[in-house]
Amino acid sequence: MAHSPSARPEVVFVDGMRTPFGRAGEKGMYWQTRADDLVVKAMIGVLERNPSIPRDRFDDVAIAATTQQGDQGLTIGRTAAILAGLPKSVPGYALDRMCAGAMTTVTTIAGAIAFGAYDIGIAGGVEHMGRHPMGFGADPNPRFLAERLVSAEALNMGNTAERIHDRFPALTKARADRYAMASQHKAAAAYEAGKIQPDLVPVAIKSENGWGLATRDEALRPETTLEGLAGLKTPFRPHGRVTAGNSSGLNDGATASIIASADAAREFGLAPKMRLVSFAFAGVEPEIMGIGPVPSTEKALRKAGLTIDDIGLFELNEAFAVQVLSLLDHFGIADDDPRVNPWGGAIAFGHPLASSGVRLMIQLARQFEEHPEVRYGLTAMCVGLGQGGSVIWENPLFDGEKK
Amino acid sequence: MAYEFQYSDFDELLAFSADEVVTHSFVRDVPISNGRTLALITLDNGRDHTRPNTLGPVTLVEFARALDAQRERAGRGEIAGVAVTGKPFILAAGADLSKVGEVPSKDVARKLAQLGHWTYDKLSTLGVPSFVFTNGLALGGGVEIGLNADYRTIDSSAAAIALPEVFLGIIPGWGGAWLLPNLIGIENALRVVLENPLKNNRTLTAQEAYDLGMADAIFGPANFLEDSIAWADGVLSGSIRVERRNAPGRIERTAKWPIAIKIASDTVESRLGHVAKSPWKALELLKSAAKTDKHDGFRAEDEALAELIAGDQFAASIYAFDLVQKRARRPAGAPDAALAKKITKVGVVGAGLMASQFALLFVRRLQVPVLISDLDQERVDKGIAYIRGELETLRSKGRISPDELNRLSALVTGTVDRADYADCDWVIEAVFEELGVKQDVFADIERYVAEDAVLATNTSSLSVDAIGAKLAHPERLVGFHFFNPVAVMPLVEVVRATKTDDVTLATALAVAKNLKKNAVITRDTPGFVVNRVLAKVLGEAMHAVDTGTDFAVVDESIAPFGLPMTAFELLELVGLKVGAHVLDTHHAAFPDRFFESPNLHRLAELGHIFERDGKGRITGVDKRARAIVAGGTTPMTAEQLRVRFEDGLADEVKRMLDDGVVQAAEDIDLCLILGAGYPFQMGGLTPYLDRVGASQRAFGDTFHHPPIAGVA
Repeated sequence: MAHSPSARPEVVFVDGMRTPFGRAGEKGMYWQTRADDLVVKAMIGVLERNPSIPRDRFDDVAIAATTQQGDQGLTIGRTAAILAGLPKSVPGYALDRMCAGAMTTVTTIAGAIAFGAYDIGIAGGVEHMGRHPMGFGADPNPRFLAERLVSAEALNMGNTAERIHDRFPALTKARADRYAMASQHKAAAAYEAGKIQPDLVPVAIKSENGWGLATRDEALRPETTLEGLAGLKTPFRPHGRVTAGNSSGLNDGATASIIASADAAREFGLAPKMRLVSFAFAGVEPEIMGIGPVPSTEKALRKAGLTIDDIGLFELNEAFAVQVLSLLDHFGIADDDPRVNPWGGAIAFGHPLASSGVRLMIQLARQFEEHPEVRYGLTAMCVGLGQGGSVIWENPLFDGEKK
Repeated sequence: MAYEFQYSDFDELLAFSADEVVTHSFVRDVPISNGRTLALITLDNGRDHTRPNTLGPVTLVEFARALDAQRERAGRGEIAGVAVTGKPFILAAGADLSKVGEVPSKDVARKLAQLGHWTYDKLSTLGVPSFVFTNGLALGGGVEIGLNADYRTIDSSAAAIALPEVFLGIIPGWGGAWLLPNLIGIENALRVVLENPLKNNRTLTAQEAYDLGMADAIFGPANFLEDSIAWADGVLSGSIRVERRNAPGRIERTAKWPIAIKIASDTVESRLGHVAKSPWKALELLKSAAKTDKHDGFRAEDEALAELIAGDQFAASIYAFDLVQKRARRPAGAPDAALAKKITKVGVVGAGLMASQFALLFVRRLQVPVLISDLDQERVDKGIAYIRGELETLRSKGRISPDELNRLSALVTGTVDRADYADCDWVIEAVFEELGVKQDVFADIERYVAEDAVLATNTSSLSVDAIGAKLAHPERLVGFHFFNPVAVMPLVEVVRATKTDDVTLATALAVAKNLKKNAVITRDTPGFVVNRVLAKVLGEAMHAVDTGTDFAVVDESIAPFGLPMTAFELLELVGLKVGAHVLDTHHAAFPDRFFESPNLHRLAELGHIFERDGKGRITGVDKRARAIVAGGTTPMTAEQLRVRFEDGLADEVKRMLDDGVVQAAEDIDLCLILGAGYPFQMGGLTPYLDRVGASQRAFGDTFHHPPIAGVA
């Protein structure tokens, strides 16, 4: 029996967990840890926290990775399902939408639930940028350049961020640095207040000097100052504006979430953390990919019948400070609006590409708990090669008293 | 009395350990709840999993210093606990045996025991609780690290957990013999320390070790270390309480303990006698562990270990262990393995019991079509039915899946037409042990098979060259001598006949390896290795009773060997008829050195030597058997006969080596260990013959230079 649009199953975000994010490269804490092990640990973490769900009831496991080879290859959603100890009857697949990979696994599982095909699934992502640098081994079609479909600069994310500064002169380096510093300080405060830790799965990490345990993000820089940021090199252009300090870094990490129909959540006695309202993806010029979340957010709002004023909390992926600011300016939101990334963002935590979307959701869900007066929240991110992704969520704890 | 030493007490050990592959102790701090810290020590020798962590003197000293440093930190309040784990898949495979073998004296052997005890004992005096996270393989000294700690977790996927010391002729001497029964109870400890090592060195799974009480918690491999750290955190914070169900109480110590020791002693007595020392030392230590305190227990272990390490049996055991671990995997005298032909279809000539057992083994291990044949369809059908029935049994025991059952069953077919062997590239015969029959079979088979198909004979007593006499291509014939029961016994004597070529030999060795058998290459001489040695022993034994020596005196004479059974029990086991045939063929080949025994043929007609009770246990020698052998007039004493056995064997083995039957004495020993169950403590045979002086008496030298013997 087909569902009429009004009777489609509601989709909820049940829970999510992630590994601490590491710094990519030989000195990073995950250098000797496999990517698939990272995502498996995130999955086990969220599965063990929700033991009432019979493991054989999961309809699918969608895991995103940008570079799907080596320990991120071999249909990582399927291999991770097996490695995480799910019954072999549970299928799985791999997915790639570059930075919005995990976000897309959530919307894809959600779509299947909304269609009535699935009751419950696992969505998440992993990126071990130390082992799989972005674009490594890629073979772009020569037509991109020959036909000037996409400029060479579009393949370098830093260049695309510089392009945002070009297009919007009001977005100065000073604003980007200030925003970046705030992100570091907010993240430090959130850690101090114990907001982040509950959703981290500790990861045993092998090193030359024995086993250790990763329990917090490795790239945090709580000591960040404006002076320090001002002095950083601009690697993408001489006298440019984009620096390592006002960008997210290169990171290793994984996320996993449980997405379910509201009925299934009820059946398993789960208290969903968020209800999915709408989602949208949109394309922009690849050369200025960072503005992608603007059209995708507008589309998602339109689909939801909401306006930007209805959004009480924003979790925006900070690929670059300027790219977040472009969205805030577009919607007339102040750089330091307390609704935006209240616990900091990717500039502080890190951005292991295909895993980040679910981190945004994990943090938004926690903030919903603290803000019953907020009804709607937005998770949004830009995507390499000129895309944006936006998901609007409703707070199940909303108590109707809008502040 | 405390158990105290100084680092300088162990300088002698370090003196011969310069080339030790050191397992390092890396310390990293791990944050746990409430801002506390767990110091995590990783044992890692920096090699991959093919070179497991081992524990030599340098390793132990480094570990001791790491523990001392943690004790100081604990004193300063910096750490709340200490945990030890291993490199991926491996905690530690035990003491570094290469170093143990270099111990120059009993005093230094004692030092090695003391260093282990002193180091591990630090785990119980850190001032904070200690944990061992057994993340993988743990053997011997590896297990004892955990036993010395306050708490233990174990990875459910750990490859093996065991205290194999008794198997190697020593005892668990870094705390194992005292700590284990006091942790898991005497019956469980007996199983781990004594029973399993004596069951061909059986090991425990992680689940079994956990069930016995050797670990307090068990976690899956995906998150083992994380879960163990969280568990330790819970123990330290008091949220997890550890209960040890199997820890012995007062009643167990006073009542159950001595009974369990008595039962175990009786078993060792009946199975092994008193020759092998390590089981008895282990029993002694386990017995006294009921009442002594820990450090007295450690001191008793020190003495036992010092004595055993310095003794002959341990030297022989290490030699034997090395043979089965290394030499057995790389047969001496083997041609280039790359020469081996790929086997895609196997023919077994015959459909009787032996043929069917071959077919079963080949189809299971090689997973290629296997064709059996016989003279009439009825016998073929019976053989096929037997094989499929055995496969069904494997399925019902869960050893193979239904898919595998279907696959293997379909691979086995039967025929009465030898032309069907045409596409077999390996044909082995299991027909009647008579030269003419075997010659004709192969000559007939050769009409059908490809020119380079390999032909193998399972003969035990005929010349392979003679069997191939009627072949157009005798270079493709090889001896392939299994031991009964075929599925169980690990040895195959691969007989290189005069004309056997390298391709054929390489193929036979590859087949043996794929059958998961250990091959030893022998020349085409009567009895090859195992039967020739057994014929010597059995011939001497029968000759002794034939000439008036009592059965009991014969048994007594050879008792110092510590063989798994007496000569007459062995005769009954192989079958008296077969035994008589073996003696006849060896007598025919070497009439001046091997006895035949008409009396044995008469005993074969009687059918047995011993009287047995309802459970099959021997109650005595049958009176009729005594009557058959009665009449001898020149009885020997046990002492005279023992020397006769020893010298006769030394002489015969020397002749075999001089004749190039195998490459080296090591191969004789390997054959006897794997094919006849000769014990490790004898080193097979030749180390024993050297150490009792038989080699000197027989040929004025020793087999090994220097002889394989203890330092004390």
